[in-house]
Amino acid sequence: MSMQKKKAIRLECPMPRLDFDTITLGHGSGGLLTNRLLDKLVFELLGNKQLNTRHDGATLQLDGPIAFTTDSFVVSPIFFPGGNIGELAINGTINDLAMCGAQPHSLSLSLILEEGLPITELWEVLQAIQRACQQADVHIVTGDTKVVERGKGDKIFINTTGIGRIHPQARIGTQYIEAGDAIIVSGQVATHGIAIMSLREGLEFETTIESDTRPLHEPVSQLLDTFGADIHLLRDPTRGGLATVLNEVARDSGWGIALQQSAIPLDEQVEGACEMLGLDPLYVANEGIFVAFAKKDIAQQAVELLRTHPYTAHAAVIGQVVEAHAKQVVLRSRIGGTRVVNMLTGEQLPRIC
Amino acid sequence: MKFLSEYRDPEVAAQYLKLIKKTVTRPWTIMEVCGGQTHSLVKNGILDMLPPEITMVHGPGCPVCVTPVELIDQAVWLAEEKGVILCSFGDMLRVPGSHKSLLEAKAQGADVRILYSPLEAVRLAQTHPDREVVFFAVGFETTAPANALSVVHAKRLGLKNYSILTSHVLVPPAIEAIMEDEQTRVNGFLAAGHVCTIMGTMEYYPLAERFRVPIVVTGFEPVDLLQGILMTVQQLEKGEARVEVQYSRMVREEGNPRAQELLFEVFEVTDRWWRGIELIPMSGFRLKEAYAPWDATRKFDMPPGEAKEEETCISGDIMKGIKKPHECPNFGTRCTPERPLGAPMVSSEGACAAYYHFSNLAKQLAQ
Repeated sequence: MSMQKKKAIRLECPMPRLDFDTITLGHGSGGLLTNRLLDKLVFELLGNKQLNTRHDGATLQLDGPIAFTTDSFVVSPIFFPGGNIGELAINGTINDLAMCGAQPHSLSLSLILEEGLPITELWEVLQAIQRACQQADVHIVTGDTKVVERGKGDKIFINTTGIGRIHPQARIGTQYIEAGDAIIVSGQVATHGIAIMSLREGLEFETTIESDTRPLHEPVSQLLDTFGADIHLLRDPTRGGLATVLNEVARDSGWGIALQQSAIPLDEQVEGACEMLGLDPLYVANEGIFVAFAKKDIAQQAVELLRTHPYTAHAAVIGQVVEAHAKQVVLRSRIGGTRVVNMLTGEQLPRIC
Repeated sequence: MKFLSEYRDPEVAAQYLKLIKKTVTRPWTIMEVCGGQTHSLVKNGILDMLPPEITMVHGPGCPVCVTPVELIDQAVWLAEEKGVILCSFGDMLRVPGSHKSLLEAKAQGADVRILYSPLEAVRLAQTHPDREVVFFAVGFETTAPANALSVVHAKRLGLKNYSILTSHVLVPPAIEAIMEDEQTRVNGFLAAGHVCTIMGTMEYYPLAERFRVPIVVTGFEPVDLLQGILMTVQQLEKGEARVEVQYSRMVREEGNPRAQELLFEVFEVTDRWWRGIELIPMSGFRLKEAYAPWDATRKFDMPPGEAKEEETCISGDIMKGIKKPHECPNFGTRCTPERPLGAPMVSSEGACAAYYHFSNLAKQLAQ
């Protein structure tokens, strides 16, 4: 599943000694307790030249066109197989930048902590943030910490905002899509959603399905280095899953989208879990994959290039942009029938039998 | 995936399709009883692949669709007014009641939880001894044994704060009601494989004989369905009306005796209202007197429901196979999964939802 993400040995900093073991309202007061919390935990792990100035904001020097994005993370539970809310918050924003064709430069980090959160859990989340930043070579340059009363939050909410330089060859947008474009998905679908789902309601499967949260800017950068403007659109199919993102693209571009069910990469365990839970993997949330619309002639080469990177090893062409059935996504089923794939309505609810 | 991929094999499916085309000589209308079968037919695009002589109509086998609106009102009342932890399968949440759905009640602060098994609800009752926990026990013969088991567990554990709000329904009386309706156009049935896994096939022999209809107990995968359709068409073309089992990897003639024992320990057969259809005599289960303390309808002093139904919804005709979803004037316009007029548009097994989500019709109509 989330291959090669976890190293065999993980060096973890021991948690500093503190004279408190849970978050209290005082930690958000801006006073002494706040400073102690920041010094001992946040700056200890995430400190850098910019952040250490402790100014109200960061000043940056960037040339050329930039991408700017923000995202809030409220996942429950905050710890799940394959990661926690910390790396999700970093990777999520890095990936949003990558979908704009940008390399991450700097991030902001806002923590909303619930009174009563054990410090050990916060430490673990901050360590994950540190690891994810190091892995992606990106810095947290500004941030904020607030505490809300018990019952007014859910342990920890995180907002990250990111800024990054756009790749000089990138020409990304629905307006560049044309009939015949190949639709590439960079990895197996539905993995993250099922990892969370299997935990949320205490469902236990015989094997653990791990989230595929991971930064995708590297493989995206390689794609743009090699194929430049022949990559017409990049999207990450997070909430609402693949089906929802493809419907948005069909609607916004005015083209039809034809999918081949048998070509969509899906882990066998995830597929089994979807069967049992009565969920359609096309609508399950993803974290560690993206969808690329690429010029037909280079699609196969693009897939081969992606397959050389460990994070996109399961890349595959799953469909085409077509002139027929404008604004609709139509799937050719495994047995050769066709059906329309609609956008997700409300929340995907599990079925009865 | 083992035990699944072989029933989704495109080559096998193509062979069955070819055989169906070769066998059929005149028009036949076949009803698949179960909503799971409806969804598989639509989701896999099978309806469009069948020869034009064969018309599939969609049966009442969607438990959520046939649950009376009063029961949903009662569930909402329990959650809102009695402060119970109301547990339900996810399907049930969006189904409209007289005033609101359980999902709306949840959004307004009621403690409504989605569970995958009634045994989880028993566990909740154990861990929340100060709260009443009610499980909304709907479904056909398939889900009934697990619900029965939850009551047996609660009794054994001496749990006084657990009960079930039950609306169990049975397939054979529904088939009878459909065939007795003079508007019916059904020539043959695909019976529900999972229901027969529990109950066996004995109950279906008198029905096949009395109404002169073939009944083929069928599974849910594309190849299952195509084979079931072929077996039905073969009987129809020969003028036969027998009970046959396509889903033989699961279904035995006697069913699952252990599950049946549990069912009849806890439940007794009773008349039931079917939402959109009518009162069908002896068509459902209720808890026996010995289990009355775990029966939410007897435990709580339920207010008389007003059971307001959307008048323009034709869900009854749809579930009896008299009309198809797209023949409803509201389909895809006034009635959508976001703003449903009736249950078949929301349930994941509802015929209207199947047509709306997976077929081209909805979008064509909307444009």
